[in-house]
Amino acid sequence: MGLFQIILPYLLAGVSVGGQYALMAIGYSMVYGILRLINFAHGDVFMVSGLIMVYMAQALPLYLSIPAVILLTVLLGFAVERAAYKPLRSAPRMSVMVSAIAVSYLLQNLALYITGGLNKNYPAIPWVSDSITVLGATTKRVTIITPFLMLALVAGLVVLIRHTKIGMAMRTVAKDFETSQLMGIKLDRVISFTFAIGSFLAATGSMLYFSNYPGVIPTAGGMPGLKAFVAAVFGGIGSIPGAVLGGLIIGVCESIIKGMDTVLVHLGLIRSPLELATFSDAFTFVLLIIILVFKPTGLFGEKTTDKV
Amino acid sequence: MMKKALALLLTGLLLATLAACGGSSAGSGGDRGGGGGSAAGNDVVRIGVFEPQSGDNGAGGKQEILGMQYANFETPTVVIGGKTYNVFLDIADNQSSNDKAPSAAQTLVSNGCSIVLGSYGSGVSIAASSTFGDAGIPVVGVTCTNPAVTQGNSHYFRICFLDPFQGPVLAHFAKEEYSAKKAYCLAKQGDDYSVGLCNYFMDAFGRDNCVYETFPDGTSDYSSYVANAKTAGADVFFSPVSTEAAALIIDQAATQGLTIPLLAGDTWDSNVILNAAEGKHVNICVTTFYQEGGNPTFDNGIKQWINGNSQAKANNGGDDKIAAVSAMGYDAYYVALEALKKAGSTDPAKVLEVLPGVTYNGVSGAIAFDNIGDAVRDVAYVKWCNPDTAEWEFIAQQGI
Repeated sequence: MGLFQIILPYLLAGVSVGGQYALMAIGYSMVYGILRLINFAHGDVFMVSGLIMVYMAQALPLYLSIPAVILLTVLLGFAVERAAYKPLRSAPRMSVMVSAIAVSYLLQNLALYITGGLNKNYPAIPWVSDSITVLGATTKRVTIITPFLMLALVAGLVVLIRHTKIGMAMRTVAKDFETSQLMGIKLDRVISFTFAIGSFLAATGSMLYFSNYPGVIPTAGGMPGLKAFVAAVFGGIGSIPGAVLGGLIIGVCESIIKGMDTVLVHLGLIRSPLELATFSDAFTFVLLIIILVFKPTGLFGEKTTDKV
Repeated sequence: MMKKALALLLTGLLLATLAACGGSSAGSGGDRGGGGGSAAGNDVVRIGVFEPQSGDNGAGGKQEILGMQYANFETPTVVIGGKTYNVFLDIADNQSSNDKAPSAAQTLVSNGCSIVLGSYGSGVSIAASSTFGDAGIPVVGVTCTNPAVTQGNSHYFRICFLDPFQGPVLAHFAKEEYSAKKAYCLAKQGDDYSVGLCNYFMDAFGRDNCVYETFPDGTSDYSSYVANAKTAGADVFFSPVSTEAAALIIDQAATQGLTIPLLAGDTWDSNVILNAAEGKHVNICVTTFYQEGGNPTFDNGIKQWINGNSQAKANNGGDDKIAAVSAMGYDAYYVALEALKKAGSTDPAKVLEVLPGVTYNGVSGAIAFDNIGDAVRDVAYVKWCNPDTAEWEFIAQQGI
């Protein structure tokens, strides 16, 4: 077995999970760009989207439940913003953040109440969940679909932001909150729209993620949410290409580190495994620290100039 | 004005949610004591149930409680010192979490339980042990198999076999049944049960022939670990982790076409595993305490009870398959009754005094304690998961 054959499964898994992180990271990044708010509830919206799918698929055929899940998740994101963030628009930023943490726990506890804390099996989506073989590595088709779907969605998003009226409004609000209001931009509409897009991407990400790892528990959004947030910071929070690149780097890194032992043994560099897989999460965060030491605003971060 | 109204509305909504949760748990509390309701006027003896109902081990904990609830339904009263008492199962959720376990234990202590049963999962049992010990309340572990649970204390007992027994049993089974030369072992970081069991397995199998890895809490992506097992050329995949992780591992194993047997301990004996494996090309074997069909009276009784109680059915994962942990929970309840009878008092100190000498012939076999407080058991059942029918099939009784 060649080295490539050995590394390939890890790369595939890494690119796929990285793509899913990226979809979530965009949600963090856009909300931060516009509201300067870290939306801690984003990971839990992701989890709730998975749960909605579990229950929807029991009642409706898949071609109806998939759009329904996306629609409901978008509505959830919209409702969270209207109920928990909008009333605090003029409050100190810290209050909004506390409100976000509260929403996160509320969603988790509601999920705990509804599911009784039991693992819910995510429905298998035909074709997408099938096993396929790519260059000798066996994986699910969703692994291959994820990066392409993610790039297509990002391309769509970039077009939306650059070339539409609402996109222009979003850019304006991100530049200057108050001036944009003076220019006649309806702030609430723009913010709601941002949350809707973020939730739409989270819903798509959750479908891809849970098709690959089909167990939904109330804390299922925690770790992916944290990693996606790290990805957003890593790429430079507020930047969409940064979020995508950050997600992919983190996904690939953690996957490669999990397989590092096997690769090193194969290359003959070490004789017995060093149990490196144990450190897969630690490596991710060490990498983040290193990047932030050298580039405090992340890979694509904009320079902040304080306005007096 | 609008803001305040909205804030009030939200607060109200939150309170309503809390009230709903509180109401429902009070309701199920009523159900639990319901068996005793018919013989009103009796005094109540509290048996604490220290089990996870949420978190990683929520599914298993619920099934273990089911066994106790069925036993309580069957025998709702006990005669202690010539006086009939209603037995009330006081259930506390330790949330499968070592840092939340002591407060759940404290609740049971404060409620004045005479004896406590539990927990599913060794980590939480170890974490809460001193809380029970300081209060002088005896605890009967049901399926916590890590030796550290009963070591160095006089109040923790258990009715199941131990990991130092279970690990070698599985290692021998792997060698004898599958002629395995190399094993891949996967445990969860900081999880006393899976790390401990992996170590006992590796000791018996030969550490040089094992690849050992651990995954962090919150992992969903097991594809790399399955790929590692494949490239390492392992003959068996040993992963005695929680059922939540197991479902994902099984899915990945099927996806990547891992044909080697997946071996695990008693935790995997659950319909969560059967549902995850249904219709997939996977080969799963587990060691367990009880095989469905071992005691037809018990089997039929509990099935009837589960089918007649929608809450119980939901807690059992939506069907009436009997988990070994339910049988163990059932036996644990009767061991507790024996201890109470023998003590002739509801005083925890008296119960603790007589507990080492209690014996009981349960559905999972004869139960007696040795001088550490562990059950005397020398045989485990090995079951194979038939993915076509999603049923467990009995393979062998295996000793060391």
